[in-house]
Amino acid sequence: MRDLTDDFLELIRRTSTDLPPDVEKALVAARQGEAPGSASRGAFDSILENVALARSDSSPICQDTGTPIFTVRHPAGWSARELRQQIRKAVALATARAYLRPNAVDSLSGKNSGDNLGDNAFPTIHFEEVEAETLTVDLMLKGGGCENVGAQYSLPHAALGAGRDLEGVRRVALDAVHQAQGQGCAPGVLGIAVGGDRGSSYLASKEALLRPLDDLNPDPALADLEARLVREANELGIGPMGFGGRTTVLGVKAGSLHRLPASFFVSVSYMCWAHRRRRMIVAGDTVRYTDRSEA
Amino acid sequence: MIELTLPLSESAVRDLKVGDPVSLHGVMVTGRDTAHKWMVETFIRKTRAPQGDDLAAIEALRPLLSGGAIYHCGPVVAGLDTKAYRFVAAGPTTSTREEPYQAEVLQHFGVRAVIGKGGMGARTLATCQAAPAVYLHAIGGAATLIAQTVTRVLGVHKLEFGVPEALWVIEVRGFPAVVTMDAHGQSLHAQVEAQSRTALDRLLAS
Repeated sequence: MRDLTDDFLELIRRTSTDLPPDVEKALVAARQGEAPGSASRGAFDSILENVALARSDSSPICQDTGTPIFTVRHPAGWSARELRQQIRKAVALATARAYLRPNAVDSLSGKNSGDNLGDNAFPTIHFEEVEAETLTVDLMLKGGGCENVGAQYSLPHAALGAGRDLEGVRRVALDAVHQAQGQGCAPGVLGIAVGGDRGSSYLASKEALLRPLDDLNPDPALADLEARLVREANELGIGPMGFGGRTTVLGVKAGSLHRLPASFFVSVSYMCWAHRRRRMIVAGDTVRYTDRSEA
Repeated sequence: MIELTLPLSESAVRDLKVGDPVSLHGVMVTGRDTAHKWMVETFIRKTRAPQGDDLAAIEALRPLLSGGAIYHCGPVVAGLDTKAYRFVAAGPTTSTREEPYQAEVLQHFGVRAVIGKGGMGARTLATCQAAPAVYLHAIGGAATLIAQTVTRVLGVHKLEFGVPEALWVIEVRGFPAVVTMDAHGQSLHAQVEAQSRTALDRLLAS
């Protein structure tokens, strides 16, 4: 099996330093909505200036380079064990080159490993064997500020008047945005999963964040919910950094999972404006990188 | 834009109002979760005995914290192997995690400015009024932009806490921030929270 360590290193560099065009475009549009001279307009000015600088300097957009979350889809014949070794080696190299901050902390001793390598869940790597010719690797860097404001609700939720239906999902999602205020580095992107168990639900809410901001949910009911939540979350007026303003979320991406009759979880993963995600596609001898969820 | 040179006088702090954009110059100290817990437990509440170089570290830090600024930041730092440190990315971290400690740190060390993101709670706001002190909001995620205002890394204390959690002593020129909690009891965060609560109630009533 070929050694992809250098290619994984390049995937990490691009993800940490180069914001995807769909996210940057949404930030440029959001900037136009804020009044000149306002703190919120100033926040967008700094955000966009920083995005351009990080790209040209090849330095991290945000110092919190988060948990590196890799999703590997490989054809039969690839060794998940070897791919894991190569990814971990690339993560340590990327840390030494200051594309990543050392973020892996032993929860009991408090000791930072210094190279971003912790147990098998740090970095997080999901493997799936697929029927395909190409190897596809998605990387998302999810920082702690936005991870901390994620929320999971068990419906029905009496205080919010949320029942086991899409209206209930709407209610808890708006509550999550309100609870987050500016703390998750608004304007954020919401990944929402309806159903599953607590674990699969949170995982699906993160996977939803891999969708491009400008795609359309193939499920018409979820597409309507996404559009409505973008509109209504922005009516909350929290604005960039929580300064107050017209854009509180850049997008909402929702999906559903089968659930137990007794359970109805809604998981909301909040992604900060610095929505760092990239895809690497290995086809034969060629490796390419893309910001779209194309095959 | 209000130019502020560290350390800050009481009157300079009192002159600041919520919404003022500021540009900071001078020496500040980074400190976040582990640093705040360490300062409070070891030197203020004294529930933990000083260990290793704790006393030397705090004696070096005291003059910088007095009238100075503490920056909630866990930077990306280059030059770790040669100790020729350089800040590569250095945006603010979420401040609310320091709410259980901040008031005591402000009072004990005479800190005049807390820099972070997301704002802080009622106890810190009350202490800002009493001290006086201010909360300055840096732009979360603008890490490369902010790192460019760090002209020198003057030193580091408690590096064994890890790079993000260590107390880095840095010199800045033109560090940008906005006053969001002032010494007059005003908090932009409390205002936005209340306004968005009203908007949420309206949306949930429909």
